[in-house]
Amino acid sequence: MKALETRKHPSGTATPRARVLIAKPGLDGHDRGAKVIARALRDAGYEVVYTGLHQTPEQIVASAIAEDTQIVGLSILSGAHLSIVAKVISLLAEEDAADIRVLIGGIIPDADARALEAMGVHAVFTPGADMSGIVETVDQLSVMIHDGALEYV
Amino acid sequence: MGAASRSESDLPIQPLYDGAELDGFDAAAKLGTPGQFPFTRGVYPSMYTGRPWTMRQYAGFGTAKESNERYHELVGAGTGGLSVAFDLPTQMGYDSDEAIARGEVGKVGVAIDSIEDMRTLFSGLPLDKVSTSMTINAPASTLLLMYQLVAAEQGVAGDQLTGTIQNDVLKEYIARGTYIYPPKQSLRLISDIFAYCHQEIPRWNTISISGYHMAEAGATPVQEIAFTLANAKEYVRTALAAGLDIDDFAPRLSFFFVARTTLLEEIATFRAARRIWARIMRDEFKAKNPKSQMLRFHTQTAGVQLTAQQPEVNLVRVALQGLGAVLGGTQSLHTNSYDEAIALPTQKAARLALRTQQIIAYETDVTATVDPFAGSYVMESMTDDIEAAALELIQAVEDRGGAVSAIEQGFQKAEIERSAYRIALEIDKSERTVVGVNRFVLDEEEPYEPLRVDPQIEVDQCERLAALRKERDNDAVDRALDAVRVAAQGTDNVLVPMREALRLRATGGEVSHALRDVWGVYVPLDTF
Repeated sequence: MKALETRKHPSGTATPRARVLIAKPGLDGHDRGAKVIARALRDAGYEVVYTGLHQTPEQIVASAIAEDTQIVGLSILSGAHLSIVAKVISLLAEEDAADIRVLIGGIIPDADARALEAMGVHAVFTPGADMSGIVETVDQLSVMIHDGALEYV
Repeated sequence: MGAASRSESDLPIQPLYDGAELDGFDAAAKLGTPGQFPFTRGVYPSMYTGRPWTMRQYAGFGTAKESNERYHELVGAGTGGLSVAFDLPTQMGYDSDEAIARGEVGKVGVAIDSIEDMRTLFSGLPLDKVSTSMTINAPASTLLLMYQLVAAEQGVAGDQLTGTIQNDVLKEYIARGTYIYPPKQSLRLISDIFAYCHQEIPRWNTISISGYHMAEAGATPVQEIAFTLANAKEYVRTALAAGLDIDDFAPRLSFFFVARTTLLEEIATFRAARRIWARIMRDEFKAKNPKSQMLRFHTQTAGVQLTAQQPEVNLVRVALQGLGAVLGGTQSLHTNSYDEAIALPTQKAARLALRTQQIIAYETDVTATVDPFAGSYVMESMTDDIEAAALELIQAVEDRGGAVSAIEQGFQKAEIERSAYRIALEIDKSERTVVGVNRFVLDEEEPYEPLRVDPQIEVDQCERLAALRKERDNDAVDRALDAVRVAAQGTDNVLVPMREALRLRATGGEVSHALRDVWGVYVPLDTF
C-alpha cells in the first residue's frame, strides 16, 4: 500500500489522508446518501472515487485495489447488506487486501450493525447520522491507518 | 414584520400576505371551476365530497404465495386497489438465480421470475374487479404481459383489466437507478406499450410519470414538478412520433409525486402542477379531450424525511405529509410506515400508516369541501411563484434538447444532487431542524425489533426456477426469444412476441436479456 498523503487540517496541522472508494453494491439504485458522503469527503480534502450503481462485490474489491484506496464506503438500502458485506470482506481477504477498511451506510437494523462489525466492518452509519461525524470517523481512521494502529479481524 | 423566509424551492415566503399580492388576480383564468380547465382546484368537480381518494398502500412480501395471501386479506377487507412491490432482481430484469441477484431476492418486494409466479401471485383474485398498480419500470412490459396472460387464464379479457404500471424509465436515469436499456430504446419500448394497451388493454394506465423518486434523491418541489413534466413532454412527443393520436393515449397518463412536511408549499405545488400540465396539453399538444388535460396523480409521503431516531415520531410526520397530499387534491395516497428508516415495515407499522389516512378521510373535515385553500393570499401567491419557477426550469430542459438530451448531459441529476447536498449541509450545521436528530434528541434510543425477510426465499425461488427450466419446451422458448430479438431490431411491436415467449414460460430475465442483446444497456455519466 502506498503511504498516505497528508493535508492541512483546518486546525493548521497536517494530517494523513486516506483514498476513499464509495461504492453502491447490488441492485439498489438509491444513491443520494452515497453522493452526499462522496461530496462531503471531497470537500474535506479527500480523494474520493465513486463506483456508480449496480456493482458486484467482485467489481468493488477490484476497484478498491486498482484505485489503491485504503477505505471503502458501501451504501446499501435494499436490505441485502449481510450477504453483500460478507462477500466483500471475504474477497478482500482472498485478495490479500484485508487492510482496506470498510465503512457501511444504509438502512441497517441495530442487530445487523453489530453483526457487520463482528465481520470486521469499522463503522456503520444509519439514516440521520451526521455528515461531519462521518468525516470525523474517516479522519480518525486515516490517522490510525497512517500509524499502523489497527488490528485486523 | 420580519424578513421573508425561504421555501424548500428557495422561493420567498412573506411573514404576512395582505392581499396586495393578488391585485389583478384573474380567478376565472387561474382557477376556473373544479373539474374544469385549468384544473387548478382539482380534476373532478366534487373531489372528496363524493368519495375519498384511493388508499393505496404499496407492499410486497418475499414470495408470490405470501403476497397472494395478503392480497386476499386486503380484498376481503374491502380494498379495491392492490399495489405490488417487486424485488430488485425483478425490477432490473434479472432472474432470482443470477449472480447479481444474490442477497436481493424477495427483499424489497416479491420475486416474479415467470408466469408461474404471476399465476400464484393473483391466484383466486378477481382480476376483472380489482385494480392493480405495479411499481415496475424497465421491465414493465414483461410484468404487464404476464398479468394479461394470467387474467386470460381466468377468463378475464384485456378490456376488463384496470390498473397502472409505473413504466417511467426517464426518472430512473435521473434518480431511482433501475434502468436497463439506453434512453432511446427505452422510449421505443414505452411507445410500443402505449400502442399495445390502446388495442389490447384500453383501460390500463400505461405510465405513472414520477417525481417522487427525484424528490427522494433531493429535488426541491419546483425541480420535482419541472423535471417530471419535462419527462412527460418527452413521452408525449415519442408517442406522437410513433403515430398515436394525442387523445388516444393522453387520458391514460398519470403522475406520482411526493408529499413533504412543508404543508403550504406542497399544496401550492400540486395546484401549480395541474395548471401547468393542462396548459401544455391544450396549447402545445392540442389535446381536445379534457381528460387529456387533467393531471391525475398518486402521492406517497416523503420517506427521506423519516428518521431512524425516535421512529414513532415519524407517525406525526406522515400525518402532516398525508394531509398536504389531500389538501392538494391527490387521487390516491400511500402513507409510509413509521419504521421505514430502520427496516422494511412490520405489519403493525403498515396498519398504523393506513389508519393515518383513514383519520384524515373520516375524522377531519378537510374532505367536506373542494380545494379548501383556494383564494388564500399565501396559497395563490405560492402557486403562482411555483408555477413561474417550474416553467422556467422546464424551459431550461427544453433548451438542452428535451429531457433525454438533458439526461445524457447529466443536467437533472446534477441539479438534484446539488439540492441534496445543500440540505445535508443545513442539517449538519443545524440550520434546518430535524426533530430527534439535531434537536430534541434522546440520550439513548429505545431498542426496536424490525421485520426480517427469510433468506430461505432466495433458495426456494432458485429451486423453482431450475425446475421450470427443466420442464418447459426449451426449443420453443429459444425460438420465441429469437422472435423478440427480431422485433427489437425492427419496428414491429415488440410486446407481441414477448407475450408468446412469456406464455411458453420464458423467464423475465431471459426476455430482458434478449432485449439487452439488441439494445445494449445504459451506462450513466456518473460524477459527483
